[in-house]
Amino acid sequence: MADATADLAAEPTGRLTTADGRPLKTALARAQARARRRAFLLVLPLLLFILVTFIVPIGQMLHRSIHNDGFSANMPLLSQWFARTEPGTAPDEAAYAALAADLQAAAKAKTVGVVGTRVNYEMPGTRSLFTSTGRKARGFEPPYREAILQADPKWADPTLWGTMRQVSQAYSPNFFLAAVDLARDNEGNIVQAPPERRVYLMLFQRTFLIAGLITVLCLLLGFPVAHLLATLPLRASNLLMILVLLPFWTSLLVRTTSWIVLLQGQGVVNNTLVATGLITDQNRMQMIYNQTGTIIAMTHILLPFMILPLYSVMRPIPPTYVRAARSLGASSWTAFRRVYLPQTLPGIGAGALLVFILGVGYYITPALVGGASGQLISNLIAFHMQDSLNWSLAAALAAVLLGLVLILYWLYDRLVGIDNLKLG
Amino acid sequence: MKTALVLSSALTAVAFAASAEEITVMSWGGAYTVSQVEAFHKPFTAATGINVISVDADNPATPLKAMVEANNVSVDVADVNTSDAVRLCDEGQLEEIDPASLPPAPDGTPATEDFLPGALSDCAVGNIVYSMVVAYDASKFPDDKPATIGDFFDTAKFPGKRAMWKSAKTTLEMALMGDGVPAAEVYDVLGTPEGVERAFAKLDSVKGQIVWWEAGAQPVQLLADGEVAMTTAYNGRIFAAAVTENKPFVAIWDGQVYEYDLFVIPKGAANLEAAKKFVAFATGTQPLADQAKWISYGPARKSSGPLVGLFQDGKTEMAPHMPTAAANLTNALPSSYEFWVDHEAELAERFNAWLAN
Amino acid sequence: MVSSTRNDGFVVFEHVQKSYDGESLVVKDLNLAISKGEFLTMLGPSGSGKTTCLMMLAGFETATHGEIRLDGRPINSVPPHKRGIGMVFQNYALFPHMTVGENLSFPLEVRGIGKADREQKIRRALDMVQMGAFANRRPAQLSGGQQQRIALARALVFDPKLVLMDEPLGALDKQLREHMQFEIKHLHETLGITVVYVTHDQGEALTMSDRIAVFNDGRIQQLAPPSDLYERPQNSFVAGFIGENNKLPGTVEEIAEGRALVRLATGELIDATPVNVSRQGQKTLVSIRPERVEFKPEMLPPNAHLIDAEVMEFIYMGDIFRTRLKVAGSEEFVIKSRNTLGQRMLEPGEKIRIGWAPQDARALDPL
Repeated sequence: MADATADLAAEPTGRLTTADGRPLKTALARAQARARRRAFLLVLPLLLFILVTFIVPIGQMLHRSIHNDGFSANMPLLSQWFARTEPGTAPDEAAYAALAADLQAAAKAKTVGVVGTRVNYEMPGTRSLFTSTGRKARGFEPPYREAILQADPKWADPTLWGTMRQVSQAYSPNFFLAAVDLARDNEGNIVQAPPERRVYLMLFQRTFLIAGLITVLCLLLGFPVAHLLATLPLRASNLLMILVLLPFWTSLLVRTTSWIVLLQGQGVVNNTLVATGLITDQNRMQMIYNQTGTIIAMTHILLPFMILPLYSVMRPIPPTYVRAARSLGASSWTAFRRVYLPQTLPGIGAGALLVFILGVGYYITPALVGGASGQLISNLIAFHMQDSLNWSLAAALAAVLLGLVLILYWLYDRLVGIDNLKLG
Repeated sequence: MKTALVLSSALTAVAFAASAEEITVMSWGGAYTVSQVEAFHKPFTAATGINVISVDADNPATPLKAMVEANNVSVDVADVNTSDAVRLCDEGQLEEIDPASLPPAPDGTPATEDFLPGALSDCAVGNIVYSMVVAYDASKFPDDKPATIGDFFDTAKFPGKRAMWKSAKTTLEMALMGDGVPAAEVYDVLGTPEGVERAFAKLDSVKGQIVWWEAGAQPVQLLADGEVAMTTAYNGRIFAAAVTENKPFVAIWDGQVYEYDLFVIPKGAANLEAAKKFVAFATGTQPLADQAKWISYGPARKSSGPLVGLFQDGKTEMAPHMPTAAANLTNALPSSYEFWVDHEAELAERFNAWLAN
Repeated sequence: MVSSTRNDGFVVFEHVQKSYDGESLVVKDLNLAISKGEFLTMLGPSGSGKTTCLMMLAGFETATHGEIRLDGRPINSVPPHKRGIGMVFQNYALFPHMTVGENLSFPLEVRGIGKADREQKIRRALDMVQMGAFANRRPAQLSGGQQQRIALARALVFDPKLVLMDEPLGALDKQLREHMQFEIKHLHETLGITVVYVTHDQGEALTMSDRIAVFNDGRIQQLAPPSDLYERPQNSFVAGFIGENNKLPGTVEEIAEGRALVRLATGELIDATPVNVSRQGQKTLVSIRPERVEFKPEMLPPNAHLIDAEVMEFIYMGDIFRTRLKVAGSEEFVIKSRNTLGQRMLEPGEKIRIGWAPQDARALDPL
C-alpha cells in the first residue's frame, strides 16, 4: 500500500504523476494507444474489404443516379451554349453551329449513340435522330441551321431543344423524378408522368406491402417452430434445426422450381385437390404466376431468417419465467403475452427486419413465380440493369429503395430501439 | 536439379499456351452454345491451334457493357442480338470489323453480298437467324389446329392458357399481327400512338390468360407441363423439344418475328487479332451451314442455305425448320433494330406499367 | 410439537407417486400433512425427489398417482395459476423487461385488482422487504440479495396462504444467505403464512423450519422438528445427512431398558441407546455427535464406558477446537470442544480416554 502511493507522486498542482514524473493521464493514454493501434490493425482488413465491396459500390450507385454525362461530355460546345443562354431561348445559328461541330466530333469518336441514348431516356424516339444525323455530320457547312434541318426537320422541335437543355447538365435529378413517376415538361416544371407510364410508385407500394405480409407470415409460422426448437431437448432440437436449415443448403432456383412443380395449374397440389374431389378439373386454383406464388415461395425462402434470430433469443430464456408468471396467477396465454413474448422482442425485431429487407430486395423468385401481378420493384431495377441498360434509372430506383428502407430502419429505432435487436 | 528443370520448362509451356493461343467467346448457353462449340470452336481450334474458351451469360450484351465501361475486358468475342450490337457500336464499345476481311462464298461472291440484308454492320457479323414463333401442343387441339398468329389471340376458338415473353419487344409486334396488321406494316403502325394503343388493346383481350416467361427454356417447360396450350418461343427450342424429345409441339410460322445473332468484339479485347480470325472463320459458309446440324436456326449467309443438311439424328431434314425457308417467310417480320433503339425505353416502360397494373 | 398439536392438514400429500419415464419412481408413496402457518422444509440431496414434490404442489408437474389437497380441496387438476400459491424460484425469475414495481404489480393485475389497491399493496410489500426505494429499478440493476427480496415481495404481494420456495438462497454468498434466512423466518412469523421450503443446505433447514422432511431416494426418511432431527435421527441416513456424526460399527451385546451395550469390531464395549435395534446379536452403527464426546472423566456420568483414543490432529478453530482421534481402529473419529476458559488443547500423539452419555450414542441400522 505504502509503495503504491509512493509511486504515484502528486505534482504541486495536484495532478497525479507516475514514478518517473510523467502525468498519469498521458502515461495511461500512451499505454492504451498501443493496444488500440493493434486492435485497429486487426480490423483494418475488414474495414478495407467493406470499403471496397460495400461503401464504394453504393457510393458509385448513388452517384450514377444523379450523374449522367452522356450528353454533356460528348456535346461540349452545345452544352456551353445551353449554359450561356436562358432556358426557353430559341436556338440561334450559334447553337446550330455548336450542334454541328459536336455531332461531327462525336461521330468521329463513335459517341453519337451515347448522346442519343441519353436524350432518348427523356424523349423517346430521338436516338435514331442523333445517329442518322451523326452519319451525315461530316458534310455540314454553314449556314448550319439550314444544313441540319435539311438533314432532318425534327431538329426544329422546341421540345427536343428543351430536353437537350435538361440533359446538358451532367448532374440532374431527372432519374429520381422518373423513379417516382414524375417528369419535366418543356419549361422544366415537374409534372406527373402520363398515367400509362406510371408504374414505380405503385410497385414501391406493392413491394413494401408484400414484403410486410411475408414478414408477418414468417413470424406467424416461424415463432412456434423457434419456440419448439428452443424448448426441445438438445438432440431433438438439433435434428429439427437441420430441417430448418435444409432449405439453406439447396439452391434458390431448385427451391423456386419445386414450388412451380407443386403449385402450378397441373401441379401436385391442384392434382391432389382434383383427385380428392375438393375442386373440379375446370376450377383448378391459380396459385402461381401471380402474387400468391410470390408470397408463398418467398415466405418459404425467408423463413429461416426469421427462425434463427428468434431461436437464439428464445434458447436462453429459462422456463422459470413462464412458471413464475403462472404461479403469480397468469393464465398460460397471459403468461405468454406479458412475460414470454416481450422477452422475445429483440428476436422478433431482428427477424422481421432481416426478412423484410431481404424481401424488399428479392427479384429472382418474383421473376420466376410472380407472373405479372407478383412483380416487385427489384424486378424493374433488374430490368433496367440488364435489359434497357438504363443504369442511371436503375441506380435512382435502388437509391429510393435504399432511402425507404433506411427510413423504416429509423422508424424501427424510434419505436423499438435498435439496441433491442439480437441477430444471434 | 533435374526436377527443377523439368518443372520450369513445363511451367513455361503452360504459360505460353495460356498467353498466346487462347480466346474467350461469350454466348447465350444451352443448346445454342453447344451448336457453336461443335460448328465453330472445335474446327477453329483444329485449323489454327487457337484454343477457345466458352462462357455463357443470360444476355452477353449486359456483361459486355459493364466490362468495357470498367475497362476490364475478359472476353474477346461475344454473341449479341441486333439491337444490342447497333447500340453498343454506336456507343463506341465495340471494335469495328471490316466486311472485306470476311471470306467470300465458295463461288466467289464477296461477303458483303453473300450475307442476308442487315446481317452485316460496322461492328458486327451475323451468324444465325432466329425467330420468335407461336407454338402449340397438338394434343390440346385434337380437331381444329391453330394456324395463324390470329389464332393465338383467339381464346374463344382455341381455349387454353397462353405464355408470352415478358418483353415489349416481339410481344407488341405479334399483338398487332394478331390483330390483322400485315407484317410489312407493323412498325409503321407501332410508330404511332394509335398503333401502340391498338397493340395493348389486343394484349388486354388475353391478359388474364397469359403466363409470362423470361428465360428461353421456360415456354417449352410450360407447354410440356400442360400449364399452357400455346406459347411464343424461340423456334430452336420448339424444334429441339419436338424432334429430340418427341413432344407433340408444332410451330406456326405465320407472324414469326426473326432477328440476327451477331458476333461482336468488345473494345479493349485482349486478343484482338485472334478474335478477328475467329469471327471470320466462324461466319464462313461451311461453319454456318454446319451449325444447322445442331440447332434449327438459319444461317446468315445465302451461300450456306443449300449446304444445310440433316439434323444430327441423321434423318430430320433441317431446311423446313429454318426461319429463312421460303415457305416460312410468307408473313414474317424482320425485327427492326432502328425501331427498337428509338422506342425500347418508352415502350418497355409502358409495357412494364401495363403488366404491373 | 407443532405437528402433533394442531395439524389441520392444510396441505396434504396422500400416497403420491411420480414417474417421468414410466420405469422408475422419483417419488415413492409420499404421505405428508402440513398444517396452516407451518414452515416446512424439504431437505435432501439432489435427485431425492424434494423438488419434484414442490413442483407437483405448485402445479408444474402432475402426480402420476395419489392425491394432493390444499385447504381440503383436491388440486391435482387445478392449473397452476388458479392454485393461489406464491412461489420463489432459485434464480428469482424476476421479469427482466419489467421494473420492480411492474413485477409486483403483475400478480395483482392478472387478478383484476384496481390501481389504487395495487399501489398500496405494492408499497406495503416493498416496505416489508425494505426495498421501498427501488420500485422503478429494473431487476438487472439490483444485487443478488436485492433481487431475492423483490422475488419474495412478489410472491407475497397477492397475500397467498401458501408460499413455496425452491432453494431461494442458493445463489447468495454465505453472509447474505444467513441474513436472509432470518428475514424469511421473520416474515413467516409476522404474516402467519404457510411456507414449504426446499433446500439441500441442512444448516438453512435447521435454522428456519418448524419441521423438516428429510428426503432420500424418493421417500421421506424422517419428518421432525429440527432439534429432534439433530438429536434423535431415526436412521443412519438422517444421522449422516444432518450435522457431523461419528459412526462406530459393532454388534449388540446386551439390550435392556432403553440401553444397549455394543461391542465394537476391535473388542471394546460402548454404551448406546437402541433406536433401530431390538435384540442381541444384531449388527448396528452407533452414531455419536462430536460435541457430545467427553475426554475429561469428571464430566461423564458415573457408569459410562470409556474407550482408548489417540490424538491424531488438533485444529484450532476459534470458538471451538476440533480434534481428530484414532478410535477402535478408525482415524476419522472427531470431537469438538468449546474454547472455554481453561479448556485443554490436546497434543497430537497424546493418549486419552473418551466416553459419552448413553442417550447421546444412538444404535442405528447398519446401512
